[in-house]
Amino acid sequence: MSTAKRNRIRYTIVFAVLIAMVFVLLVLNINTGNVNISPGRILQILFTGQGEQNELNIIFKIRLPRLIMAGMLGGALALAGFLLQTFFANPIAGPFVLGISSGAKMVVALVMIYFLDKVGKVSSFALVLAAFVGAMMSTLFILLISHFLPNMSGLLVAGIMIGYICSAVTEFLITFAEDADIVNLHGWSQGSFSGMDFGDVASAGIIVGIAFLLTFFLSKPIGAFQMGENYARSMGVNVKSFRICLILLSSLLAACVTAYAGPISFVGIAVPFLMKRCLNTAKPIVVIPAAFLGGAVFCMLSDLIARTAFAPTELNISTVTSLFGAPIVIYMLIQRKAKNAQ
Amino acid sequence: MNQNNENYVNLKNLYVGYNGKAVIKDINIDIQKGEIVTLIGPNGAGKSTILKSIIRQLPIVDGTVVIEKKGLNDYSYKSLSQTMAVVLTERIRPELMTCRDVVAMGRYPYTGRLGMLDPEDEEKVVEAMRSVHALEIADKDFNATSDGQKQRVLLARALCQEPALLILDEPTSFLDIKYKLELLSILRSMAKDKDITVIMSLHEIDLAMKISDRMILVKGDHIFKEGQPEEIMNEELIRELYGIDNGFFDPLFGSLELPAATGEADILVISDSGRGIPIYRRLQKEQQAFIAGILYRNDLDYRAARLLAREVIAEEPFRDIGDQAFNRAMEAVSKCSEVICAGVTIGDSNRRMEEVLKAADQAGKLREVDAGGIVGLNSWQLPD
Repeated sequence: MSTAKRNRIRYTIVFAVLIAMVFVLLVLNINTGNVNISPGRILQILFTGQGEQNELNIIFKIRLPRLIMAGMLGGALALAGFLLQTFFANPIAGPFVLGISSGAKMVVALVMIYFLDKVGKVSSFALVLAAFVGAMMSTLFILLISHFLPNMSGLLVAGIMIGYICSAVTEFLITFAEDADIVNLHGWSQGSFSGMDFGDVASAGIIVGIAFLLTFFLSKPIGAFQMGENYARSMGVNVKSFRICLILLSSLLAACVTAYAGPISFVGIAVPFLMKRCLNTAKPIVVIPAAFLGGAVFCMLSDLIARTAFAPTELNISTVTSLFGAPIVIYMLIQRKAKNAQ
Repeated sequence: MNQNNENYVNLKNLYVGYNGKAVIKDINIDIQKGEIVTLIGPNGAGKSTILKSIIRQLPIVDGTVVIEKKGLNDYSYKSLSQTMAVVLTERIRPELMTCRDVVAMGRYPYTGRLGMLDPEDEEKVVEAMRSVHALEIADKDFNATSDGQKQRVLLARALCQEPALLILDEPTSFLDIKYKLELLSILRSMAKDKDITVIMSLHEIDLAMKISDRMILVKGDHIFKEGQPEEIMNEELIRELYGIDNGFFDPLFGSLELPAATGEADILVISDSGRGIPIYRRLQKEQQAFIAGILYRNDLDYRAARLLAREVIAEEPFRDIGDQAFNRAMEAVSKCSEVICAGVTIGDSNRRMEEVLKAADQAGKLREVDAGGIVGLNSWQLPD
């Protein structure tokens, strides 16, 4: 049983490192920006809630909600990616490449423009709902195509095309929408964690929290599904309803991220891959929490860089995630190719 | 064959196929507990379609499948998975899974909400791996193992599911002969020791005949024949099943021979006790027609010569060689341009062979070849 022991040690180390990174990034993220606040002071303010009004505002109104959102939504993206990879039995599936994020973005933009025009305000739940509808639309379309093109490249091309179409429609809408909030909308449609408040944190937290728990409790059938649909069925998985669960959950997670922060690329593919390598297993029961933490770390770090690298100019979050994520995905593809050639 | 003549699986008026269209019609078969049943038939005959319908991968077009007196569709996902396990033809490439992980997957129907294994489950995983001799590769990456190892691991996974009924779809494809025999002998002992009922499809008729209690021959859109291999299998049937008219199958030995060379026979081969067979095969490959004789009908060489020689000069077992056979042999000696003797033991009853050999020698046609089985053959050259 020494292998089991070795695995357990490995898992413990990976989780310890991830949690430590979350804390380091927490402090680092609050610490850096136009106004620097020292780590000691941060801890003091966080734990006592006392401090100068200016500092309190920066921490509680701007940096902390943004930070928590980056972590939570990053985790959600990684989970959505992992679920889609399970569904399509394809490591390169993810909400962004399959056009699911773009579909969500399109419907959100539609709803936003309509509501801002008529009502002047949109609730965040309405936006999540709109994003969910958009995500489901893209997903169903992908499912339809994957029926005719059941291979990896067919799926990808279809997803990328859907992504382009949806983005084109969104750009069109934004170009012709006449509102002062367009600047805001434009920033959002490129992906950004800026402008989050604690209300967003609470509503996103509920959705992501529930989706995470449901995903975690699916880890047993996900494990069986990794051996292929037919083996899963023979072991007692109700494949049909399981697939519906996967699609609903991954769409919900991707929709939630898109509604709050816009489309964010590569997290969904790169993070689950990295976590599986680090853990040296694909067992869902460890990969799911690890991917969530990994996604959180990845996005918190990316947001830190987006915020500070060219301050005061802020980068799109996808600019940073692509810069780190794309090379990981390329490495993954090459490594897969080499393995298959063995 | 079986002590308890209780039907375990019944296929009643079963129609199976795709999209509601039957590919194979009106299947009626009763299978007893602990039996090994093999589906045999040409490629694309629908063996897999039948198996896929039994494991509920395909919806049944019409009719019923009853397992343990309960209709297939009355089983819940869980109870069916505790009754039946499968080894499929599809090749799987699970990511980052050791062989042990793959086998442990078989405990799925018995573990809790999160699929954690308890010590008893762990013990069963080890037990299953031991029974297929896969314990030494337990911690190896599944994708890095050989085809034979993969197949054994998948079998162990199925055993871990503790099924009463095991379905295997062409478990021997991709395997070399050593692993084929190993896998089938594991199945054989499993069926007997644990009283597991096995239904599988196989490519190899010869192996199927040796392992099966019952064979089901599938051809066209129906079951062509069904029964104990010893009863139903003969050359005629196999040729009909596969639509072969240019190859021959000896069901007694399970050996497949290419058709005999045609044309005028110019060589006489004299042998006994199997010593002639390598020479027959060699001549067959060169498409040289030959006559074999004089062979007793209970000789090994006789069975092969029947399929490979243009003509067989034969005599009833344990009799003295009669005039008819003797004269025919003498004729052959004078007609043929070469007489190959692969060795023949002369005794009281076949004393007349000496005369045949002497005649060949005097005519300068005799060539003695020390086949000694297949050993001496390398140095042996065919006549031009």
